[in-house]
Amino acid sequence: MIKIVNLHKAFGAQEVLRGVNLEIPKGKITFIMGRSGTGKSVLLKHIIGLLTPDRGHIFVDGEDITRLSERELMRLRKRFGMLFQEGALFDSLTVGENVAFPLREHTKLSEKEIQARVEAKLAQVGLLEAIDKMPAELSGGMKKRAALARALALDPEIVLFDEPTTGLDPLMQESIARLIKETQKAHDLTCVVISHDVPVAFAIADKIAFLHEGVVIEEGSPEEIKNSQHPFVKSFIRALPTGFKEA
Amino acid sequence: MYNPVAAVGAFSIRLVEEMGGMALMFLKTLALTFKPPYRIRLLIKQMEFVGVKSTLVVVLTGLFSGMVLALEGYYGFRKFGGESLLGATVALSLVRELGPVLTSLMVTARAGSAMAAEIGTMRVTEQIDALSAMAVNPVHYLVVPRFWAAVLMVPLLTVLADVVGIAGGYFVGVILLHIDAGIFVAKMRELVELVDITNGLYKAFVFGAILAIVGCFKGYNARGGAEGVGKATTEAVVIASISILIGDYILTSLLFD
Repeated sequence: MIKIVNLHKAFGAQEVLRGVNLEIPKGKITFIMGRSGTGKSVLLKHIIGLLTPDRGHIFVDGEDITRLSERELMRLRKRFGMLFQEGALFDSLTVGENVAFPLREHTKLSEKEIQARVEAKLAQVGLLEAIDKMPAELSGGMKKRAALARALALDPEIVLFDEPTTGLDPLMQESIARLIKETQKAHDLTCVVISHDVPVAFAIADKIAFLHEGVVIEEGSPEEIKNSQHPFVKSFIRALPTGFKEA
Repeated sequence: MYNPVAAVGAFSIRLVEEMGGMALMFLKTLALTFKPPYRIRLLIKQMEFVGVKSTLVVVLTGLFSGMVLALEGYYGFRKFGGESLLGATVALSLVRELGPVLTSLMVTARAGSAMAAEIGTMRVTEQIDALSAMAVNPVHYLVVPRFWAAVLMVPLLTVLADVVGIAGGYFVGVILLHIDAGIFVAKMRELVELVDITNGLYKAFVFGAILAIVGCFKGYNARGGAEGVGKATTEAVVIASISILIGDYILTSLLFD
């Protein structure tokens, strides 16, 4: 389980997180939602120790990661996988080499075993045919799937997703959402998903938390969120694109 | 309202911050050098990029520097009949000064800028965060191979520039200006000492370290998309070039005292 306690973070004069408290249950999919620019990605980067908070704590299975040394953080990160917003694939490596990268860094597997694992992971995300392609040759959705295969390469316990469906067409959004759900089920993963995609969240989340003005203003199951009386949450989940409303 | 005192203060703080950041990256690079895994393949790839692929530009720079030195030197020496010193002057200027400095400046423009651009792009596209998230130290993976590639290859390129430059000087002096070949070579052998060559190579080592650390540091700390990468690349070339010239003066006063 991941427990975030009173987390504060400011960049210069801009206070992004103002005391976030949140529990992320083990073996479930938790969505952290909110408007663009409210610090959702900042929060996610704190969970994996890429950013250090000004105040507050993050406990991963009881261990306060804000107090770990760089070396201890490296050890902890091997339990995590992270899918970045634009994929963050290494553009000098092929898709297959990208997926093999964490295996070559952290395992003593033979080249043959690595190849087999890479093919299995790419097959899992439906991208085996792109194994020899360069990231620049992939579409947005393919990049995210390749990045997901890389994030899953080391069979992590916790996977963090930064806007996994943003910028994709509705069919690809559905495909990625289904992939997250299936992967979570198959490996009993703890998934943390940053998103503002309301239909996807209601379809696959076990828990949804709303981040607004630097704090969590509402959290609960999708059903509880649907019935929330909080004005921001109500307007967020019922909001339609402006042009649509005018029409 | 523009406040000149505040502007000077802000500039000074930024300068100290940047110098401190570069010093820390240098120390971190040295410390991580001895930490496994040893990335020999990455080192060789960078040595090829920094060294082998800079050969042509360094040969051209060395050649024409040696040729123009001979031409200018001949013009000066002829005024008092000192043409016999031309070979020694060309060789001394090259091995002590122009070889290491011009080579480093060319490698800065070619490879230092590429280091800043490549690492900067990786920063703004979250590839460096991805390395950290995969429990790989980005300095170990990105900076250490580039640093040692530059430290090892810039002296080798300097030797190349020295040799080609002297050959260029010989061509202009002996073939075009008809100075006696025996005198040209004899004076050069008489007046150029081993210490001139080794001190020139010490400079090249240091300049290689400077251009790599500045290039990697500026790329590593790039912010703000394509514009940020462009700015980091420009700053890397300007700061590394100025640091090499300042470092050159300091090293010359220390080494050749």
